[in-house]
Amino acid sequence: MNFGSIDPVLLIASLMVAATPIVLAALGELVVEKSGVLNLGVEGMMITGAICGFAVATETGSPLAGFAAAALGAMLLSLVFGLLTQVMLSNQVATGLALTLFGLGISALIGQDYIGVKPPRTQPIDFGGLGDLPLLGPVLFNHDWVVYLSLFMVFATGFFLNRTRAGLVLRACGENHDAAHAIGIKVVRIRLAAIAFGGACAGLGGAYLSLVRVPQWTEGMTAGAGWIALAIVVFGAWRAGGVLLGAYLFGGMTVLQLNLQAAGVALPVEYLSMSPYLITIAVLVVMSARRRTRLAAPAALGRVFHASS
Amino acid sequence: MLRRTFLGATALALGLAAAAHAQDDGKTKVGFVFVGPVGDGGWTFEHNKGRLALEEEFGDKIETVYKESVPEGADAERVMTQMALSGADLIFSTSFGYMDPTINVAKKFPDVKFEHATGYKRADNVSTYSARFYEGRAVQGLIAGHLTQSNKIGYIASFPIPEVIRGINAAYLAAREVNPEVEFNIVWAFTWFDPAKEADAAKALIEQGADVILQHTDSTAPQAAAEAAGDVYTFGQASDMAEYAPMPRVSSIIDNWAPYYIERTRAVMDGTWESQDTWDGIAPGMVEIGEISDAVPPEVKEKALALKEAIAAGEAHPFTGPINKQDGSAWLAEGETADDGTLAGMDFYVEGLKGEIPN
Repeated sequence: MNFGSIDPVLLIASLMVAATPIVLAALGELVVEKSGVLNLGVEGMMITGAICGFAVATETGSPLAGFAAAALGAMLLSLVFGLLTQVMLSNQVATGLALTLFGLGISALIGQDYIGVKPPRTQPIDFGGLGDLPLLGPVLFNHDWVVYLSLFMVFATGFFLNRTRAGLVLRACGENHDAAHAIGIKVVRIRLAAIAFGGACAGLGGAYLSLVRVPQWTEGMTAGAGWIALAIVVFGAWRAGGVLLGAYLFGGMTVLQLNLQAAGVALPVEYLSMSPYLITIAVLVVMSARRRTRLAAPAALGRVFHASS
Repeated sequence: MLRRTFLGATALALGLAAAAHAQDDGKTKVGFVFVGPVGDGGWTFEHNKGRLALEEEFGDKIETVYKESVPEGADAERVMTQMALSGADLIFSTSFGYMDPTINVAKKFPDVKFEHATGYKRADNVSTYSARFYEGRAVQGLIAGHLTQSNKIGYIASFPIPEVIRGINAAYLAAREVNPEVEFNIVWAFTWFDPAKEADAAKALIEQGADVILQHTDSTAPQAAAEAAGDVYTFGQASDMAEYAPMPRVSSIIDNWAPYYIERTRAVMDGTWESQDTWDGIAPGMVEIGEISDAVPPEVKEKALALKEAIAAGEAHPFTGPINKQDGSAWLAEGETADDGTLAGMDFYVEGLKGEIPN
């Protein structure tokens, strides 16, 4: 098969960019679910982050301030979810869906004045001569700081969940909140913190879309990325590494199929279009079918906790 | 149990009363179903502009409602049923994929008038309307053929429907006319609106050497991608997208629905509405060509405007023979122009285009 004019190095570089919003959002949701909370509002938090980041970045001229505002804005929104589900004990599925609808609406409202505005550019980090290295240069040393942050976060989240006492406490809340409560863990507080972290991550992912990957503000611009992130947490078997693999596979297949089309490869377009979904699911299912990872779903996921029960 | 029955009956009575009220207050209610958000900066943005023009024209005499980002399929049926139930007199469904839902809902509400954009199925209370975007595509193709240095033109297509295929063919024929070396790289995005995917598609095309990008998707994301790349030209789709002028956006096709919406709403108010098929182009002003920016050499601009004038005057037709189909079989003989029937159902590439149309 002739892959024509596709340059694999450029392909890998652009798949990293394409996957970064999903990596960030899925990592946040991973921590939320590990604490036993199912937040289906990722899409809503992402798009809220996208517009908060976009608005602040264009007003201040600083992408960094934009990303900070995105994390903060989405975190605030996630705390609305936290308040409703953890304090008022509302149904997590319904509240999460409502959060998505609310996020889409409020982002459209905030975004009215920002249609057609161009954000300040987020430049790739300059590694001196390293960026000019053949092969490795464009892949490893020619990205903006958010890509490196997302990779660091994958490592940090995995380490936190599996190697630290705080991570153990968080997982305890997700496995059996009654037992965790009985040994004196503040289940609600820990879950609220996890929800806030998940919100901030989703916000960063959204801002990466509006400030770097697209870069512009358009209503509804996340177009389902939040739902993909949710699915990748499940198919990645609730592991940070699985999340990274899933997001890169999905991003990679998306970019690859567009490149194959552009190169005029004689494969039916229908198969190319569905390939990101099929291959990501297939690979992750096969991987998580082995070992004990099948049991990785937190046992108390989505269950309502009240200290009196 | 009794209380529940009572509550249900009351709610039903209130609902009926509300529906009756909605029809009796003398206002004509016009509903719009949009495929994307009204702020997409492209297709839906222009339809919404038509809706706003309607409100301006008729003021208090009408009421408009709209629902945005409605998926093409069963959801559209639900939305239109809801609109009809809440007293809409006229409903515009503004995307190709609403065709069957529109027909289905229209059967259930014979007194409500429906207008479906870009489709081909009509009924006594369903009209269809579309614009001859391909006329604008020909003007774009001419400019693109002149501008390209790499002779590779990228085309971000949405769904393999006649409207989109017509656009590709018209642009290609016009580009090849002025530049026989030109090649089209076509990417099917299978979406009308997904900024991230559109940006990725544009980047993929640019990385593979395309220096002009045409798009048939609705967001401005490809424009932003082209701007980041630097020396890549684009065209506004459905809306002017002037915020990206003079570079990368060098011209645009603008859909102007307002006059049509006003005319059809007036017909409903007068009681003269009849099912019909409207397909207007550059001449009546339904398709406008956005300003050609200074990034285009003056002589090219002149040629493009001349082509536009000729199409408007009926002297030129984007599909004028001799044209062969992709497989080499003859389609149009020397001097022959395409008939509307073939154009409306176009499902083939013309000779010279590479790749296959997905099913």
